[in-house]
Amino acid sequence: MPRWDRVKKSFFDWERLTDSFPRLLEAFVLDIKIFAWTTPCILIAAVFIAIARSTRNPALFPVRVFVIAYTDIMRGVPVILWIYLVGFGVPGIGLERPWNSPLIWGSVALGLTYSAYVAEVFRAGIDSVHESQRAAARSLGLSSAQTMRHVILPQAIRRVIPPLMNDMVSLQKDVALVSLIGPIEILRQAGIDKAKFANFTPFVGAALIFLAITIPLTRLTDWLLTRERDRTGASKVR
Amino acid sequence: MSTKLSLQSVAKAFGTNQVLRDVSLDINTGEVVSFIGASGSGKTTLLRCINLLETLDSGSILLDEKDITAVGLDANPVRRRIGIVFQSFNLFPHMSIRRNITLALTEVLKKSADEANETASSLLARLGLADKIDSYPDRLSGGQQQRVAIARALALNPEVLLLDEITSALDPELVGEVLDVVRELKGSGITLLLATHEMGFAREISDRVCFLADGTVAEVGPPSQLLSSPTDARTQQFLQRVINAGRLRG
Repeated sequence: MPRWDRVKKSFFDWERLTDSFPRLLEAFVLDIKIFAWTTPCILIAAVFIAIARSTRNPALFPVRVFVIAYTDIMRGVPVILWIYLVGFGVPGIGLERPWNSPLIWGSVALGLTYSAYVAEVFRAGIDSVHESQRAAARSLGLSSAQTMRHVILPQAIRRVIPPLMNDMVSLQKDVALVSLIGPIEILRQAGIDKAKFANFTPFVGAALIFLAITIPLTRLTDWLLTRERDRTGASKVR
Repeated sequence: MSTKLSLQSVAKAFGTNQVLRDVSLDINTGEVVSFIGASGSGKTTLLRCINLLETLDSGSILLDEKDITAVGLDANPVRRRIGIVFQSFNLFPHMSIRRNITLALTEVLKKSADEANETASSLLARLGLADKIDSYPDRLSGGQQQRVAIARALALNPEVLLLDEITSALDPELVGEVLDVVRELKGSGITLLLATHEMGFAREISDRVCFLADGTVAEVGPPSQLLSSPTDARTQQFLQRVINAGRLRG
């Protein structure tokens, strides 16, 4: 590997790393903020979209059509395009500060697309709960809304936690895409430092910071799932 | 004796499969009626129709002389009066045994948590499951789960209880404990409708046995008569097969 020395110098430069690391960390706070305020919105919106799509009342047919169109359109276009379209487009209609902030509309774009993806995950969970559970609940006199809330959703959500966390880890990374329309978050900061040093090490630093969040998040999910299984499940087969 | 439940020309098809063609039968208050018949003869479908889990294609079902299958009628208040226990238990796996029983009490009947807990404990004690109250369904044996399912249905104090092949999914040695519960229910004033393959039990517990074939009531009568000297050719054939399979002493 004759060029290894050069790669090492431009990607793994310890001094550059320690120099830019505090700035990267500081910029990462914005990523966490965006993640923190989009996640609850996405989860809540997604549950409602999934429920709307799982309704059986014939009178709600138009709602189902709307929701299906929404998920198809949101999932059919790359996230980055939505960030550009919403992030530049909506403030373009002449909103005043602070409502013209690309930060807000970039987050909204993320929320819109991810709620469509996550809704599909919830819907798969809802569909996976056996019909006999619904029959048992309805036979006790529970309304369809009560059945959804007490019997179907709790089981559905437990089942989809792994794919859900998958989407959340994915969202945690896609937050960086918001940088493309302006806000200085970690990826943007790493780009600035890269230009300053003419060295790629800040990107490696940014990668390490992402991993420091995403890996524990994944492990936490596994632990929660195991605990849940131990509590309700039958004894393990070796 | 007053008529509790009146089935009037009940018909139900699934696609091209006409499961129930024309089922008519009056059932008295406190009576125990067993529905027997070959697999696919519509026993389960009939019970699900009575619980309004299925909508009828035609005909009607009267509970205390009131049509519960009328279009636009709210099914939920009716279902509180008619309990059903399923072949595969259908307990809620994410809830403790206690919550399985109290759910409908707190959510449907709007009882207080204390009152609901009281009901759950006393029912479970009666069914010999007091120590299981905080367990989860997956930790219980099939027989225990089915007894919990019976307790869950009984908690609402139903006037009619439908038992849909409640021992079919159980190991033979667990059947007895579930049937004991049913024996105890008889005579408590509750009207019991069973779909069953347990001919011996049907003979023992039923006031009347009803043989379903070709989507209709082929024959109905006291168990001693229907199971020993059936008049309908289809009943005779069915019982002969059951006897040959060793499920009923001839």
